Amino acid sequence: MIIKTKNEILASEITDPSIFKERRKIIKALFATLVSSSVISPNRVLAANNNSVWNNLSKGDFSNNKLTPTPAELIKNYTNYYEFSFNKKDSTELAQHLKIDPWSIEVTGEIEKPGTFYLEDILRQQVLQEFIYRFRCVEAWSMVVPWVGFSLGNLLKTFKPLSSAYFVKFTSVHQPEIMPKQQNNAMLEWPYVESLRIDEAMHPLSIFAVGMYGNTLPKQNGAPLRLVVPWKYGFKSIKAIVKIEFLKRPPISSWSKSAPGEYGFYANVNPEVPHPRWSQNSERQLGSGLFTPRRQTELFNGYGEQVASMYSNMDLRHFF
Amino acid sequence: MALRLNNLRSSIFFICLIPFLWLLVDIVFDNLGSNPIQAIHIRLGDWSLRFLCLTLTITPIQIIANWRGMSAYRQMLGLYTFFYASLHIMTYIIVDQFFVWHVIGIDIIESPYIWFGLLAYIIVFLLAITTPKSAKKRMGKNWKKLHRFIYLAAIGAVVHYFWQLKGNLADPLFYLIIVTLLLAFRFLVWVKNRKFNKMMIPTRKKALVLPVRQIEASEAIVEQRE
Repeated sequence: MIIKTKNEILASEITDPSIFKERRKIIKALFATLVSSSVISPNRVLAANNNSVWNNLSKGDFSNNKLTPTPAELIKNYTNYYEFSFNKKDSTELAQHLKIDPWSIEVTGEIEKPGTFYLEDILRQQVLQEFIYRFRCVEAWSMVVPWVGFSLGNLLKTFKPLSSAYFVKFTSVHQPEIMPKQQNNAMLEWPYVESLRIDEAMHPLSIFAVGMYGNTLPKQNGAPLRLVVPWKYGFKSIKAIVKIEFLKRPPISSWSKSAPGEYGFYANVNPEVPHPRWSQNSERQLGSGLFTPRRQTELFNGYGEQVASMYSNMDLRHFF
Repeated sequence: MALRLNNLRSSIFFICLIPFLWLLVDIVFDNLGSNPIQAIHIRLGDWSLRFLCLTLTITPIQIIANWRGMSAYRQMLGLYTFFYASLHIMTYIIVDQFFVWHVIGIDIIESPYIWFGLLAYIIVFLLAITTPKSAKKRMGKNWKKLHRFIYLAAIGAVVHYFWQLKGNLADPLFYLIIVTLLLAFRFLVWVKNRKFNKMMIPTRKKALVLPVRQIEASEAIVEQRE
């Protein structure tokens, strides 16, 4: 427990020191590095929880060990889940009612092997890894999450997509008896849908997450299965997926349908393209202390090296 | 009598401080959730808007209750609006952005909702600095004209609230209704006054049927006495 507390102090302090080159912070970061390397290794801290379901997972290709994960308690208590409530606190509580066992996923569209699959059967075929990724919300806050999951591309390939499959559409669970906003048809058209271009979906950065911090995913964070596409705004990373469709034409995702001028199909993190009503130039990192400046948002959330080539011929202002 | 009134005034003064003290308690005990900076910022914004609405309720109450003794409270509530709005902005500049001016600049330029908040704050600021009696005297009739801009501040604050949300508009809608009612009341009084103005060639009796003017006039008398 004491070890964990130490880690929490670190989390707020080694917040990407290269961005803000204040002397004070660099000293703190150096100090933090010293402490973490001599006393506790990050791995040990992550596995410190005895109840961990998955220990010592290998790291995904683009998992970044240099990032300090945001404390789990903060991640668990700061979620948007509009099916339950428009308020983060209430949605966390109400999400506990979600029924996730058993869970199956329907796979249809332009593929050779359509069908419905139980999640546990899917998991048996996949290699779980840990992915420490940045997560940037369109509301201008961000965190670093140690997801447990598997490559989305690897899964999609098992369904044998046809050459006519240009887009992949994901659909969230529809449980109106449990989800108050679905019952009232409030805000968005339910169930929630999101979509990726096939090359985005096949990209090695894209994962399906089933856990975080070595444990199964909390319900409010998208249990039992959610998408994680770290170079896009958080709303693309759809939760509680029940359906995957391979399509010829681009489907319209939920937020684009509700406000097409504000939320585009791509939703790539881009500090140069403000949302019509607020800037996307900077972000508040959860876990950073009072009087800590915001983090400068990076193009593609810092994953430009991996993903920029997919958008090389596109005007990112137009395709926002 | 004067003592009792003063007691009431000081208790209202302290009651208005409760939201601030409550916020301090929540900061100290870390009750503000995963994003405490935003929570502080939003809480202070909410209280600025609430005090702005409360300030705007005084005049209608005076007119309806035909009781003219509340202008001192109106002033106090107005100053509290300024107090909470200033803390709201200071939280943004100091606690959230920590004086990184180029980021603040980009944020303001690219976020239209901030423009409306800023407009509201500039107005509230001007009203606050013209609070002293000396300023009131020096400005004469212009003082009243300037202080009518509080209506614009209220509209700006509500737009500021609406425009920053993704879609859950219930909360700002509540304030929109309140502000609309408060402004509609003034509009109706104004229309009524105009009608009487047209109907009656100005006489001294006019004051009897014009509640707002009546109050203004009596306030002026009180001030002269003071």
